[in-house]
Amino acid sequence: MAPITTLHYLVAAAALFVLGVIGVLTRRNVVIILMSIELILNAVNLNLVAFSRLYGLHGQIFSIFVITDAAAEAAVGLGILIAFFRNKETVNVDEVDLLKW
Amino acid sequence: MNGAAQVTPQAVEYIRILPEIVLTIFGIIIMMLDPLMDERRSQRTLGAVGLVGALAAIVATLYQSQYPGVGFWGMVNVDSFSVFFHFLVTAVTAVVILTSYEYMEVQQIRAGEYYGLILFGAVGMCLMSSAVELVLIFIALEISSISTYILAGFRRRAAISSESSVKYFLLGSFATAFFLYGVALMFGATGSTSIAVIGQVLASGQPPVLAYVGIALMFVGLGFKVAAAPFHVWTPDVYEGAPAPIVGFMSTAPKAAVFAVLLRILFEAHAPGRLWLIWVVAALSMTLGNIGALVQDNVKRLLAYSSIAHAGYLLVAFAALPANGIPAAMFYTASYAAMNVGAFAVVSHLASAGERYVTMEDYAGLGRRSPLLAATLTIFLLSLIGIPATGGFFAKFYVFSAALQANLVGLVIIGVLNSAVGAYYYLRVIVVMYMREARQEVPVSPVPLGLGVALAISAVATIYLGVLPGRVLEYATRSAGDLLR
Repeated sequence: MAPITTLHYLVAAAALFVLGVIGVLTRRNVVIILMSIELILNAVNLNLVAFSRLYGLHGQIFSIFVITDAAAEAAVGLGILIAFFRNKETVNVDEVDLLKW
Repeated sequence: MNGAAQVTPQAVEYIRILPEIVLTIFGIIIMMLDPLMDERRSQRTLGAVGLVGALAAIVATLYQSQYPGVGFWGMVNVDSFSVFFHFLVTAVTAVVILTSYEYMEVQQIRAGEYYGLILFGAVGMCLMSSAVELVLIFIALEISSISTYILAGFRRRAAISSESSVKYFLLGSFATAFFLYGVALMFGATGSTSIAVIGQVLASGQPPVLAYVGIALMFVGLGFKVAAAPFHVWTPDVYEGAPAPIVGFMSTAPKAAVFAVLLRILFEAHAPGRLWLIWVVAALSMTLGNIGALVQDNVKRLLAYSSIAHAGYLLVAFAALPANGIPAAMFYTASYAAMNVGAFAVVSHLASAGERYVTMEDYAGLGRRSPLLAATLTIFLLSLIGIPATGGFFAKFYVFSAALQANLVGLVIIGVLNSAVGAYYYLRVIVVMYMREARQEVPVSPVPLGLGVALAISAVATIYLGVLPGRVLEYATRSAGDLLR
């Protein structure tokens, strides 16, 4: 069996990235959009860790920062979502429609 | 100087992040004081603490400029370039806090974290301008973004405000994810996240394909943050819903900081393939921004489209040669900050409780009811058009002449045509203010001290940049030299 190379990781990460982007663009529920954004961030992490095989620890440490940031973002995002839900009683982006040109 | 081998940073390295430290401390003080205070009195006290914090950060920046150099293992670099943006961000912060003083009381929003978040946001923006490491740039970008996400939704009982916050948050974090993916690919292409090292690697040979993809993704992410077309769709909605002083804040300070990051990444790292990318984005932003603004009736929305257009003008400077493109871009951020913060200060004063009066109709007859306020707004609008004797004129002039020197005739023609289109909708506001009778009586309360000072600062800065641009431009040119060295 062929060994797993860095390229394999990169392809997996790219697939995750594309899945995340599709999720953000097509899903209507804000919570699922948030999850899709997390998916992209995890693709980033996979990339960073895979490149770490070539360049040393740097990328792994970066990925820890990314994980921390993802947590902070999720916390703030859900808080904003709750504030929004109190006003509109929905988490559906189709109903985010007060502002339009 | 070289801190690579040592374990603990030297004292001088702390001076290199002194403004950030000062802002953080004042932010924490506000957060700690908030629960201890009476709700009604907390507004003024906490605002005052915030203002002192911003002013202390300005002083810290001046002090810091005596100690240029690299700190924290090549993470931050204090040079005249970073000092310029530190000064800009902290000055905008101070003016915004002065504006918010009255606004918060009128809207009856609890002040609490509001001022704290403004200061924390400023920490991120300051850090962005001095960061020379993609990891730190990313963290600084997030500090500033997350603070502004919350601030956008601060009128949380208004559905429109929380909606703007949700939109800003979703698209903002989507953009951050793109930026990060680009950073990861750039790390893969060059083996480093230090901008200086990336620059060396990319300059030394044919850059790998991965670097092109990386720079493109990073550009997409940062393009979102500065509201450049085609990544601008969130801007009008967010600016309309967010509290007016905060719009003044987030259309200037974070944008200036992100432009600083872009300048560093594009020029210091010798980013490949940047020219056509910038060309297209600049042309699109100018055109879509100005066309969108033509049909707006809401003043906040109009200024939002205008800010998209201005991001386009600014990007023209990025396509020019570095030696005169960088100073032109820096000058533009400064004068744009002065005039836009001022314009939004007027808007936030006129908006009244619940931000009821923000349409063009509400501005009718303002020239008669409040001549001073109308005159100030006129100065800012004339500057946004680019009339001589205002900062906006020289900003556009330097940008376009830099672009002409780089032989970008097509882009300059698009830019000048767009400026002409832009004049129409700014003048429309002025015409409405001076030449039309008010159909309904919109109350105009007298201008309080804080707001008066804020307006005076922005108006003086706008005119100063328009009459005596020499000193700022000279400083910017010197900074560009620092950056390119």
